[in-house]
Amino acid sequence: MIDRAANPQLVAQAHGLLASRTRWSVLEIAFWLVALASIFLLQSKHLILTEIAILALFALSLDLLLGYAGIVSLGHAAFFGFGAYCAGILAKYGIIKEPVLALLASGIAAMALGFVTSFLVLRGSDLTRLMVTLGVALVLREIANRLEITGGADGLQGVVMEPILGHFQFDIFGKTAYVYSLIVLFILFLIARRIVHSPFGLSLRSVKGNPLRASAVGIHVNGRLVAIYTIAAGMAGVAGALLTQATQFASLSVLDFERSADVLLILIIGGAGYLYGGLIGAVLFKLVQDYLANVTPQYWQFWLGLALVMMILFGRVYGAVMAALIFAVCTALKLPFMQSIVFTVAVVATLGIARPHILRWTSAITARAVAVQAGLKARFTRKGSDHAPGA
Amino acid sequence: MLTILFDGIAYGMLLFVLACGLSVTLGLMNFVNLAHGAFAMAGGYITVVLVNRLGLPFLGALPLAFVLTALVGVALERTLYVHVYAKTHLEQVLFSIGLVFMSVAAVDYVMGSQQQFVSIPSYLQGQINLFGVGIGRYRLLIILICGLLTVALQFSLMRTRFGSRLRAAVDDARVARGLGINVNAVFAVTFAVGSGLAGLGGALGAEILGLDPHFPLKFMIYFLIVVTVGGTSSITGPFIASLLLGFGDVAGKYYAPQFGSFIIYIIMIVVLIWRPQGLFSRAIAK
Repeated sequence: MIDRAANPQLVAQAHGLLASRTRWSVLEIAFWLVALASIFLLQSKHLILTEIAILALFALSLDLLLGYAGIVSLGHAAFFGFGAYCAGILAKYGIIKEPVLALLASGIAAMALGFVTSFLVLRGSDLTRLMVTLGVALVLREIANRLEITGGADGLQGVVMEPILGHFQFDIFGKTAYVYSLIVLFILFLIARRIVHSPFGLSLRSVKGNPLRASAVGIHVNGRLVAIYTIAAGMAGVAGALLTQATQFASLSVLDFERSADVLLILIIGGAGYLYGGLIGAVLFKLVQDYLANVTPQYWQFWLGLALVMMILFGRVYGAVMAALIFAVCTALKLPFMQSIVFTVAVVATLGIARPHILRWTSAITARAVAVQAGLKARFTRKGSDHAPGA
Repeated sequence: MLTILFDGIAYGMLLFVLACGLSVTLGLMNFVNLAHGAFAMAGGYITVVLVNRLGLPFLGALPLAFVLTALVGVALERTLYVHVYAKTHLEQVLFSIGLVFMSVAAVDYVMGSQQQFVSIPSYLQGQINLFGVGIGRYRLLIILICGLLTVALQFSLMRTRFGSRLRAAVDDARVARGLGINVNAVFAVTFAVGSGLAGLGGALGAEILGLDPHFPLKFMIYFLIVVTVGGTSSITGPFIASLLLGFGDVAGKYYAPQFGSFIIYIIMIVVLIWRPQGLFSRAIAK
């Protein structure tokens, strides 16, 4: 190890770098102001906003794993569901009545579970990790299905929540639940932000980049992975607990495979590795899902699947646009679902065959967009410096 | 006891036919195809349509299920899958989950969400008594067909020129290419056969496993267990793994129903931790 005192200039420089990364940008502040404004401006939408906040927290926890530590997981719902059932059981049997304390307790319980199972993901390739995490979630689901205390397939019914901190009663319009969820999301976001900008977070990124080299420069790889897995599990557990507290119900669906798949999809939509991906992805996902579920109540998963396929084939933005276009054509022509399926399959197959050409066009568009952006930026900064005093 | 053993073997054989295509895709191209169950479902529904609506004989519908699913498989492989081989495992997983979602919703709409039954001819129903053991005729048929298929697969893999090309491509695709083997063509054929087998398995299994639009999601984990436990480098590994899984599942449900499918999940996790390459695989030097 380098003696820290030996090179104070270097240490100061490193601190400066770290500090500049942690500074809040205008966009970030605006994002949270919008979230704050939604409490007052979107009164009638509080129920779905609560769901979005919970989903965002869940996706944030997966982002810590996937985006920063490079751990793939197909069973992140295990911790979400564990937290959800913990909160439900704590409230139903009156063990911890106060919601905030129960939330903390559920988070800690999920962290404990995350710590224990983290040792399972240390070994093996991505494929092994995908399978093992999936297996853990399935085992938990099976346990919840069998146990008496979780209510089995009927779910955990009869959960009644006490007022938060003894003051704020959960109301029927979901205002309390939304404010509560948003505050929890914000606090945990701050913690996540602190973590990823700390030296610990940087070392995680190096582990993601190349574990062998990371260990060569003295990073204890397995220790970092265990730590981040535990933290992420705790966050997912808090998200699950929030869901139970807001809906006063927990069912087996909190542990479903679809939930793990959805949260991955959210992160893919929003982009992993910059914290806001999960939040933005959650907003988009929930809005689209809500819209599709209204338009095609039973078959919205078809369009979701289409979006996934296109996004993997053609990249995030172009794929999403193409999927949206296909959907828009189907709706504009008022095609029955049968014809929509045939149409979609035909279009997707054609696009698949033409993929090399399409990729050439899309990369040309991207290059053009990047050039325009760079041009704008250059002009903007020149103007900025013109006005700056003393320049 | 012997009846359970027999049922377990039939179940295991069925799982093997369903999953062996996946084990080859995973082993050959290192491609995680979670949509494998969708092909099995396609085969099942094709049989339902052929037998129940068009009135074809059940045994005649089985080869058709194989061929049609194989055609679907190769069409998808050539248009879509081929672009995803080079992507990461995570992207492959998401891509194939997308396909699963699409197929589930489409089948749900076209065929309805209720469980479908294939009308089995009367000579395949009921039991025969063999040395005091009750043996279901249908299960006997499954064992016969799947047993024959296994032998045929093993033979074609080990004794034919195509088999040796395939094995060469599994072991090292680059060197195989260097030797003039058209790895892509080999893979397309293998993918077609694998999905065709899944379709056949789905057709045979509709009676035992139940067939509804959520089939691909429900049985995905079983296929994955077979492949991960059995390893992907040979065909005997998945075969033994499916027999063990089939027997374990049937026996577990019979003797310890309170544990449900819990045991097999735990076994999978333990095996993965203990031998990430699978129980029966030799280590591939790379």
